[in-house]
Amino acid sequence: MHVAVCIKRVPETGARITLTADAQEIDTSYLGFTISPHEECAVEEALRLVEKHGGTTTAVTLGPPAAAEQLRNAIAMGVQSAVLLETEQSDWDPQATAAALADVLRDGGHDLLLFGNESADSGGYQVGVRVAHALGLPCVTGVKGIEIAEGVAKVRREESGGWEIFEVPLPAVISVKEGINLPRYASLPGRLRAKKTEIVRVEPGWSEGGLRRQRLLVPQEHGSAVEVLGEGPAAAPRVVEVLKELGVA
Amino acid sequence: MILCLVEPGALSLEAVAFAQSLGPVQAFSVDAGGTYAPGVCAAAIVQLVDRHSPEAVVAAASDRGQEAMAHAAARLDLPLAANCVSAQAGEQPGEPWQVVRQRWGGSLLEEATLSGPVKLLTVAPHVVEPAAPVPVEAFSPELTEADLAVRILRREEPPPGTVSLTDARVVVGGGRGVGSAEGFGLLEELATLLGGAVGGSRVVTNLGWRAHADQVGQTGARIAPDLYIACGISGAIQHIVGCKGAKKILAINKDPHAPMLARSDYAVVGDLHEVVAAVIDELRRTARPATGA
Repeated sequence: MHVAVCIKRVPETGARITLTADAQEIDTSYLGFTISPHEECAVEEALRLVEKHGGTTTAVTLGPPAAAEQLRNAIAMGVQSAVLLETEQSDWDPQATAAALADVLRDGGHDLLLFGNESADSGGYQVGVRVAHALGLPCVTGVKGIEIAEGVAKVRREESGGWEIFEVPLPAVISVKEGINLPRYASLPGRLRAKKTEIVRVEPGWSEGGLRRQRLLVPQEHGSAVEVLGEGPAAAPRVVEVLKELGVA
Repeated sequence: MILCLVEPGALSLEAVAFAQSLGPVQAFSVDAGGTYAPGVCAAAIVQLVDRHSPEAVVAAASDRGQEAMAHAAARLDLPLAANCVSAQAGEQPGEPWQVVRQRWGGSLLEEATLSGPVKLLTVAPHVVEPAAPVPVEAFSPELTEADLAVRILRREEPPPGTVSLTDARVVVGGGRGVGSAEGFGLLEELATLLGGAVGGSRVVTNLGWRAHADQVGQTGARIAPDLYIACGISGAIQHIVGCKGAKKILAINKDPHAPMLARSDYAVVGDLHEVVAAVIDELRRTARPATGA
């Protein structure tokens, strides 16, 4: 089977987010970048499915030239080929992103298109669904388990502590959530291969989407001061008093 | 008029309250003949939009709300703003709206304009108080086979008596400081005494100390208990966005400078194993009926 997995380059944020002076982006001067977490699991899932069923894997991203780094990370994990929809523009909204991805995926002959359920940064919750719609494919979101047999994907997702089971015929679009697997670390041979593999670069067709970012802002912090109830086990009686005041004990 | 999708669960009443701040609301639920199918929800939204020409369609940013709205947006070829915390209609009908929406699970906000003849948006959890219950029209859309192609075939229910993270009144969360999978035994004990559930940070689910289903954070559950007890959790923003819906937070951490403490209402500085064990003892002692004189 042929699996394409769509990923996104996002900064690795720490305990605090700082914005650029124009409030258009996160200040990434001191930050590294990574594959958005749900999508890293999508890469791992693609590898596992192809290890089991045979076939090929391709990683696809839309982003700046530097997003080649995340494609190389995916190759280092084991993905065979990579496509970069290279753009210097930053105003790709979910509609525009999905349209550009659908264009390059349309005639790819893939049996399965994997996405992350939502990107860590913009969190639009829709690119995979829009691509599925554009390509006329069935789509399941929020998936935490995939089994494939005889051209049908049996998938499961969590809902209210239980599981919902779906079956979709391939080709299909499935967006996954972290927890579906634990992504592997890149191997040394994988890293070497990642350096050598040529990334296919495509200029995506931009269309103006209807959700336009104006500026970013950091939300107001929790205002109230913390009340220190004590130090070490000696604090227990005061803790229990508070639990009783709150009506939980 | 604002259409509002109502599904089971408290988040929908938050979406209703959000919609009410924008105009008169017509609430609807989708009747998919006893199952759930995202295509049926999308068909319902598309047909209701056609029938009512609303100014906007609003749904909770629950998993199902996001999914239904994404499908509807794709079918209608309209933009969709997910996880909004506020919205301001344009002066004239059809003009773009100003919205503020969450990025990074809510650790960052984005001011944006949302255009389109009908505005589609989902409402971030726990940013408005839920509305009082409203009349809800159960709508059965006309369906094609394709609408039902993806649907729930069956459900696997959790074991009876399970307190789910998102419903628990008390959540006891553990981070790297718990030290091991076994270390969660104490947290389980405390959660059981308080009738609550146990959660963990992304670190502990990535280390395999807890199942991923127990993760509190941006890539896990967003919880809103009366009390969240954060044990040995440093407080990365990805964790904070998962627990900031808690009414009160108690942090137990040996590092008085851990960011988690600054985001808490109460703190105990000390080794979590000692502190939690002492709290368990104290709860048992004070719960025991008085005996003797």
